[in-house]
Amino acid sequence: MNNMLQVKGLGKNYPTFTLSDITFTLPTGYVMGFIGQNGAGKTTTMKLILQMVQKDSGEVLFMDNPVSAKSKQQIGVVFDSSFLLDDWKVKDIEGIFAGFYQGWDHALYQNYLSRFGLENTKKIKDLSRGMKTKMSLAVALSYGAKLLILDEPTSGLDPVARDEILEILQEYIQDGTRSILFSTHITSDLERIADYITFINKGHMVYTGLKDELLESFYIIKGGNNALSGGQRRKIIGLREHSTGFDGLVHAQDKDAFAGMLMEKPSIQDIMVYISKGEDAQ
Amino acid sequence: MQLIISNTSGIPIYQQIKEQIRDAILSGELQEGQMLPSLRQLAKELKISVLTITRAYTELEQEGYVTNMQGKGCFVMAHNSQLVREQLLCRIEERIKECIGLAKRGQITQQELLQIVTLLWEEIQ
Repeated sequence: MNNMLQVKGLGKNYPTFTLSDITFTLPTGYVMGFIGQNGAGKTTTMKLILQMVQKDSGEVLFMDNPVSAKSKQQIGVVFDSSFLLDDWKVKDIEGIFAGFYQGWDHALYQNYLSRFGLENTKKIKDLSRGMKTKMSLAVALSYGAKLLILDEPTSGLDPVARDEILEILQEYIQDGTRSILFSTHITSDLERIADYITFINKGHMVYTGLKDELLESFYIIKGGNNALSGGQRRKIIGLREHSTGFDGLVHAQDKDAFAGMLMEKPSIQDIMVYISKGEDAQ
Repeated sequence: MQLIISNTSGIPIYQQIKEQIRDAILSGELQEGQMLPSLRQLAKELKISVLTITRAYTELEQEGYVTNMQGKGCFVMAHNSQLVREQLLCRIEERIKECIGLAKRGQITQQELLQIVTLLWEEIQ
């Protein structure tokens, strides 16, 4: 099995928002970062994959088969809004999930609790946001899931906690048989560990593929004011002009048209910002 | 072997890894038959993506420095001295081009440049 998750032409219509033709493939053994502005449709896509929301079109294959109740036993999920109830205590949680997931591993779960510093007597409502995320992650990691779907797992976490989470995620894919799909807007995390990137904006696809290819297919360009010809102007994505100059993003193949101007390698965040701005301006 | 990755150098991470491993092979620090760290192990240790390391290893294989044995790992190849020589010549040429560029900018003559090379050649043992 080469592909862990295949999403083909996935769509959903809401009165005020349309998600259309979302397509990507996550190979087994790798990490995919799922990026886009707030409201771009990341969470909706994840909910469609997990059948928490009914799709209007398209297809989702998990290990080459449609997602079923049985296959969901092999998918670990962490959502931004916690599914843990406030009055539960940390020690109650195992009882609730161990009954639901056949592959529950008591020792592994206890190991994550102690590693994350989660005390058994604490109530969920008394946990900080970061601790709640770790709690959800401990659950998701403790029943032998082959695929992790994480919605903003690092948001609200301090840099040290984020680093810990990233380390755990890299450990998770060590043996090459498991995959991770995670959405985030903290793209510096992604720049490090993601193998693939899927980028959506306003409900449609912008990019899916290798992270390194995405980073290599654009340059940031900067220059003084009045430095641009009409032809150059049309080639710039998300052009921003101000009293002392301009900046914007260009495709690597258009690079030669801007010889002599300052060119820099963009970060994923730069690419996301310029492309989103460029599409908003249209 | 040590690998030191800079996040601010502007050089792609795969290229930094590739160059450092290549240098370790050329200097003899990594010897024929030695195994490179596993892809996933290294990705985890350096906190970078698996595919970034894969790319570094693949290019090292294409250039003849290592060989990938399916399921076993990546091993340093026997030194093909002709190949190593060519690679070194190639790198020397690149750097000399840079030097010539600098010389021309500073109106330094060919003779002066050659004198510097001769002088330094004798100084560096």
